[in-house]
Amino acid sequence: MYTIAYKEALTDVTKLMVVRAPHVARSARAGQFVIVRIDEFGERIPLTIADYDRAAGTITIIFQELGKTTKQLGKLIPGDTLSSFAGPLGHPTEIDNYGVVVCIGGGVGIAPIYPITRALKEAGNRVISIIGARTKDLLFWEEKMMTVSDRFIVCTDDGSHGRAGLVTEPLKELLEDKDNSIAKVWAIGPAGMMKFVTLTTKPYAVPTIVSLNTIMIDGTGMCGGCRVLLEEGARFVCVDGPEFDGHKVDWDSLLSRLSFYRDEEREATEYYEHKCRMDGAKTMTRK
Amino acid sequence: MAELKPAERMKIKRHPMPNQNEQVRRGNFTEVALGYAPETAQEEAERCLQCKDPKCVGGCPVGVLIPQFIKAIREGDMVQAVEWMKVKNNLPAICGRVCPQESQCEGSCILGEKGEPVAIGRLERYVGDYELAHRTCPLVKAPKTGTRIAVVGSGPAGLTCAVDLGREGHDVTIFESLHSPGGVLIYGIPEFRLPKSVVHHEVTYAVECLGIQIKTDHIIGRTYTLDELLVDFDVVFLGTGAGLPSFLRIPGINLNGVMSANEFLTRVNLMKAYQFPDYDTPVKVGRKVAVIGGGNVAMDAVRCSLRLQELAARKNGDERGEVHIVYRRSKDEVPARQEEFAHAGEEGVIFDFLTNPVEILGDEHRQVRALRCVRMELGEPDDSGRRRPVERRGSDFDMEIDTVIMALGTNPNPIVFVDADGLDRTTYGTAVADLETGRTKKRRVWAGGDVVTGAATVISAMGAGKRAAADMHAFLKGESAWD
Repeated sequence: MYTIAYKEALTDVTKLMVVRAPHVARSARAGQFVIVRIDEFGERIPLTIADYDRAAGTITIIFQELGKTTKQLGKLIPGDTLSSFAGPLGHPTEIDNYGVVVCIGGGVGIAPIYPITRALKEAGNRVISIIGARTKDLLFWEEKMMTVSDRFIVCTDDGSHGRAGLVTEPLKELLEDKDNSIAKVWAIGPAGMMKFVTLTTKPYAVPTIVSLNTIMIDGTGMCGGCRVLLEEGARFVCVDGPEFDGHKVDWDSLLSRLSFYRDEEREATEYYEHKCRMDGAKTMTRK
Repeated sequence: MAELKPAERMKIKRHPMPNQNEQVRRGNFTEVALGYAPETAQEEAERCLQCKDPKCVGGCPVGVLIPQFIKAIREGDMVQAVEWMKVKNNLPAICGRVCPQESQCEGSCILGEKGEPVAIGRLERYVGDYELAHRTCPLVKAPKTGTRIAVVGSGPAGLTCAVDLGREGHDVTIFESLHSPGGVLIYGIPEFRLPKSVVHHEVTYAVECLGIQIKTDHIIGRTYTLDELLVDFDVVFLGTGAGLPSFLRIPGINLNGVMSANEFLTRVNLMKAYQFPDYDTPVKVGRKVAVIGGGNVAMDAVRCSLRLQELAARKNGDERGEVHIVYRRSKDEVPARQEEFAHAGEEGVIFDFLTNPVEILGDEHRQVRALRCVRMELGEPDDSGRRRPVERRGSDFDMEIDTVIMALGTNPNPIVFVDADGLDRTTYGTAVADLETGRTKKRRVWAGGDVVTGAATVISAMGAGKRAAADMHAFLKGESAWD
């Protein structure tokens, strides 16, 4: 059992949790992920490691409450426990001094882009970061991102904060500006956003790393449910990734595979919310 | 019963296994084979000729003392039967259910030459179940040796190795990557063939009697590397199995509705998707399922599909769907355990033999709509001794299918080889290890089971775990040097 040590609401639907898991914290690195299962009935979901503290033996996870599992997770409080917490999984981000780099975080993707941005900054890169969300209320960690960036841009789709528009617009301007000579781009966020980031950088031939979050069960290469089509063939996100050269990803295949269990996800969420109402407000978790 | 003459024993007919009715079991996940009643077991035991030179023992990968345990059943001394069994086999309730007896002990039984062999597997299960119910033979731990041993993987190889070393008084820790111990016994083999309670019983037994620690959620190669384990432990056994699925190299494998048997079975068995939404993990099975392959995993997947379809049909009042086994060889080459193949047929599985998929076709939503196949015919024998299937030219046809499950064999997971300097691998990705002792090319590291042989059987993995445990113990006592 793994105890939740701290919890913070970053937005109405985005929660941060610090979980005691010394076995994961001892070797965790930026870019890797964990598999979390709440209780005996729970599904296994992959969540990116947003931060770690080796001395305290803790891992920070950040998630947006979208489906049944993340909604249930969001209701847990410090002192509650998670029944599984496995990792660290996947390859860590390759950090080096590349020159000028752009780090893009969309929505809950701001969480995993932060440690990468910080590591790139520490490695001596000139870091330009762009964060974006649908609306102001879904943004978080603006300050934190700003402190590890040489230049910082924020946008919202509806213009409620920062620049109005998608993250790809400032990105295109940066790519157009010859003075920048951008060496590499990282993008983490919804699959649709990452797809359009890679379409934007492709004409400029700027290497673009994306971190994929697909449907997964074990996270160790066993199920193959996370497979993604690259130019060179199918790869497993869990063991070959989660980071890939975004220009090689077959995005339409990826987007379609992400939607495969949509009906069941809706059914599970409705079933859970119904059960919560039946159980009353006292406790909304299955214990 | 008075002592029978051999001729009288040979007149007794082999006792069939009582099974759940096929129409009933189509709609549930509870065990198909119900087990012998005490009288049936005793009568079946009477069939054994107690050969002076028993061939059956030679057919068993761990050399179970078969005539001895059968004689004890015959005499009604179940405590003794369990004791004879446990000399060589720690997990009889599991082996009795999943071993391919027809090619092992029963395949070597002298009675099989003219009639039907003694039902050794069913008797083994009877002994195993008796022990689980009565706890007659608790494992005893020898005085503590103070040696620390790490076992990586809690499947048949790891579990057997851990128990044998625990009995010798060593301090054993098992590392398991999933949240529940048992390996393929938990994630792979369905409840209706091997109830998970049997596996849990065996694991609990090991933990309680021998103080074996099990660390779940630990992925060796990531959480700790092998080299890190060697700092904290005196010796290490790798029983990480063969968990990496293979996909056919044909167009369409990334369509929605295509999955590995590993994914499908893990959803159903480990995550209990057949109880969705009470359990969170869903599994999607269409109206027309094709399982590609002819081994045990293919039979497990096809029979799970059929049950899921039946459950959905009963819930929604729909018509039943259909499930197919698509296999490129013929009925005679099917590698699955006979009983599973027979059960699948009884339950209504459609077999498409001599049929080889060449492409998976999708619709405009990237959902599988058909499986394009070619007909095969059998040619000359290949390296495996089986007749090689050859394509019949121009025989392409499309099967209307909405779900494709690939059960084409698995390979060892490469993660454990991360930062494991000197642990040699073959070109097939298996660990190089001595098949007798389990010693790898890396000092203080042993390996056994599917990680060494590639996908094989539960009992052969247990045999490897057992042999490695014996060699590790000898090494730790200083009786056998590494070099």
